[in-house]
Amino acid sequence: MDEQEVIKKFLYVNRKAPYGTIYALESLEVVLIGAAFDQDVSLAFIDDGVYQLKNNQQTSVTSGIGMKDFSKTYRALEDYDVEKLYVDKKSMEERGLTKDDLIVNVEILEDAQMAEMMEQQDVVLSF
Amino acid sequence: MKFGILVNEGPYQHQASDSAYQFTKAALEKGHEIYRVFFYHDGVNNASRLTVPPQDDRHIVNRWSELSKAHNLDLVVCIAAAQRRGMLDENEAKRQGKDSNNLAEGFRISGLGQLIEAGIQSERLIVFGD
Repeated sequence: MDEQEVIKKFLYVNRKAPYGTIYALESLEVVLIGAAFDQDVSLAFIDDGVYQLKNNQQTSVTSGIGMKDFSKTYRALEDYDVEKLYVDKKSMEERGLTKDDLIVNVEILEDAQMAEMMEQQDVVLSF
Repeated sequence: MKFGILVNEGPYQHQASDSAYQFTKAALEKGHEIYRVFFYHDGVNNASRLTVPPQDDRHIVNRWSELSKAHNLDLVVCIAAAQRRGMLDENEAKRQGKDSNNLAEGFRISGLGQLIEAGIQSERLIVFGD
């Protein structure tokens, strides 16, 4: 089998808030570059990572913390054929968020479903 | 077993940097193959040639350089993460009009595609991070 044609299941696990640390932004950069490799990609948002998908983020100098708002990039992911976005139900609810607060369409998973989805992956990149 | 290694945290700041080294060294000694070590986030700082730790402490940067030399280990630093943290090799310093460079021996600077490739080619990709 030609090694170049290997398709693996890649999961990006996002656990950190979008600002405060650079993990979220740089994780997204890996997803975008990785999309060129035609792998089977999924993204999971857990713990404070669910805040990455919060809509109406205001981060400009005048209205916030003087950083680039990169949340709209998550909307562009489907153009890169990255369409499997999973949010941990408990993490979302603990933070008082619902599906309507999120900038993209996601699938909400219970703990056990999240574990099962992770179990199926070949490569798990946790940021 | 063929391993890929991802280092996401900086030297001396975080245990992840030490653990990644110790895992890599142990795996090589056991006869496993390390396809590549990729440095991302603050992990790129593991590659600074200008690092000067106290004499009675371990030298994290030199340790990687020596391991690379002994085992022909591929140490790759992410270019985007490196540039925003002031980490440049000679070519990049020239290209960016900077007066200096600081990449240690045995490391090379390249793109994120090298991380994805390590995920594809390795049997296990191990992430060392926070």
